[in-house]
Amino acid sequence: MFTVDLLFNALIAGVLLGGFYAAVSLGLTVSFGQLNIVNIAHPAFVILGSYIAYMCNSLWGLDPILTGIIFIPVFFLIGAGAYRLYYESFERKDDEALRGLAFFFGVMFIIEVALIMVYGVDFRTVQASYIGQSWKAGGIGVPTRMFVPFCVAIAMFSAVYLYMSRTFNGRAIKAVAQDRLALQLMGADPVKIKQLGFGISIGTAALAGALLIIIIPVEPSVGRLYIGQVFAIAVLAGLGSIPGTLVAGLILGIAESLVSTFFGPSWAPAVAFGILLAALAFRPQGLFGR
Amino acid sequence: MFMKSSEKSGLRGWLKRSLAMAILAGAVALGAPAQANDTIKIGFSMALTGGLAGAGKGALIAMQVWAEDTNAAGGLLGKQVELIYYDDQTNPANVPGIYTKLLDIDDVDFVVSGYGTNLIAPAMPIVMQRGLVFPSLFGLAVNEKFNYPNYFQIMPAGPEPLTDWSKGFYTVAMAQDPPPKTIALVGADAEFAKNAVKGARIQAEELGLEIVYDESYHPKTPDFTPIVNAIQARNPDMVFVGSYPPDSVGMVKAATEVGLKTKIFGGGMVGLQFASIMTALGPKLNGIVNYDFWVPEPTLKFEGVEAFLAKYQKAAEGQGVDPLGYYLQPYAYAYLQVLGQAINATNSADHAVIGEYIRNNSFDTVVGNVSFAPNGEWAKTRVLMVQYQGIEDNELATFTKAGTRVVLYPAEWKSGDVNYPYAE
Repeated sequence: MFTVDLLFNALIAGVLLGGFYAAVSLGLTVSFGQLNIVNIAHPAFVILGSYIAYMCNSLWGLDPILTGIIFIPVFFLIGAGAYRLYYESFERKDDEALRGLAFFFGVMFIIEVALIMVYGVDFRTVQASYIGQSWKAGGIGVPTRMFVPFCVAIAMFSAVYLYMSRTFNGRAIKAVAQDRLALQLMGADPVKIKQLGFGISIGTAALAGALLIIIIPVEPSVGRLYIGQVFAIAVLAGLGSIPGTLVAGLILGIAESLVSTFFGPSWAPAVAFGILLAALAFRPQGLFGR
Repeated sequence: MFMKSSEKSGLRGWLKRSLAMAILAGAVALGAPAQANDTIKIGFSMALTGGLAGAGKGALIAMQVWAEDTNAAGGLLGKQVELIYYDDQTNPANVPGIYTKLLDIDDVDFVVSGYGTNLIAPAMPIVMQRGLVFPSLFGLAVNEKFNYPNYFQIMPAGPEPLTDWSKGFYTVAMAQDPPPKTIALVGADAEFAKNAVKGARIQAEELGLEIVYDESYHPKTPDFTPIVNAIQARNPDMVFVGSYPPDSVGMVKAATEVGLKTKIFGGGMVGLQFASIMTALGPKLNGIVNYDFWVPEPTLKFEGVEAFLAKYQKAAEGQGVDPLGYYLQPYAYAYLQVLGQAINATNSADHAVIGEYIRNNSFDTVVGNVSFAPNGEWAKTRVLMVQYQGIEDNELATFTKAGTRVVLYPAEWKSGDVNYPYAE
């Protein structure tokens, strides 16, 4: 069945969903793509962000997005600390490949178990005025539950992109995995730069977590479901490209939405990952990779 | 002199220590088998982490309440009951190993199932191989292919679980004037939801309804807006959904946002029975007709259920589980009641004798009188179809009141009338 309204609704839903996907993947683009750190615990940090948004929402009625913004510096410090530990334990000894991976697996399980111990295993949700509302024009609707996270995601992307492209430290983060020596010759400490970059990466998880809990209910292990998705977006983007991550997220979101609407939702993940495979077949470096 | 005294004292000390150790060793040697003989061990796996942990942990608390009640009443066969359990992490691959350990290492006397279809089926081959009685907790049509005589399933799906599950949904809809003519079917691509939708599909075909949408979705789907838009474009009279908790929330939110117009909406949505999800959705639930197993309606006040719920709710405080415990918890208590009553009635731990007794008798439990059909399902279905009505806020107390989840089906337990249609 095809109607113009259905097409527009599918496109809108896809764009909004894609923005959310991109927001969740942004941190991984920085850590995995730019810093060469395979942080598989990133979705767990996102879930931690969701639970903090839940806590502030249920205790004080704080808006989840506001909570996410407030907690960005806290997550930044957690990220910077986690990187220091990772560096001292593995990277400094050139031992990061397998043991570093195990380290982040461990971090993921620690976060998950800690959340279970504190909050239990029940599903958690938040309340906000924009959840459950929608703007309508004729047969076309825009759910505010998806639109607000999309706008926040765009703002977050813009901020990170501007920082990475307009500041010395931002450009240093982009350079550190490529040529540490050249960076040192420029007077920058590669370890501190990576610490800064990893802090930013984890900082984005605070806000991405808030967006997640606006869209779906969460429980401590829900992050595992999205590991494949966020890595796929980071790879499709071209490992390290911030605009690429946004575009890749949008492509996956729109593809899933169109397929779900016109061909059936069971095909949506297969088509989305098919796009990833096809894109990598023609551009192994990803859409925006060099 | 000093030295002699010291030697004497050392000898006395050595003798005392040796005697004490001999007594202690004897006590340990005698104590271990004595303790093993003094308890009836019941083993099981349970989803304490992972996607089904919310329900699994609640079930465990209910089972612990049963063990406390049973031990306070003298235990089983004059022995205290001990529950031995392991977290299956909601992962079916963990289940065979857990049951093998329970039986071969922990030497349990009985096993019961964990929670949910996907986690019951992997235990079946082990249980069948050893001829064990196997009370099971909320498996949908697990025994369809195994045909194991000692399988006893406590969820009141009925003797034909595939179709009995959604029978009430159709009964309520087809009683309207004019009856609906078209239906959309949608469900998660996972064991329970596929079975629920399969049963709904069979009945739709039998009733001559035109199926205008019939799709499954991946369980990690985050946004259901495209699915609801696609359903709305086909304008069905009925929408049957087979979903798990996060999907159920997504589906209800999307239906509200899109403004889904249909006459009856719901059916097999897991999660809408959970306190955390009911309070999250609040008034968005109004009008939805969905399955349930126990609700605080005056027609369902079985003996002992309120006393059980009071104990459960106290035990659940601060545990991060469902604070009300209406959905699964009474049944988690009841399937152990069935096992316990059968053990005491036969005065035996012989699985063949107990299995025979359960097949041929009925049991008074906190979920009412239970008897089993030859396939191990309830002899008569009691899947309730309830409608959410008059919900005006998101407060937990709202859902403890009669009248917010009105029983529409079966007629025997009916507590109110349907508000029809869902939205026009």
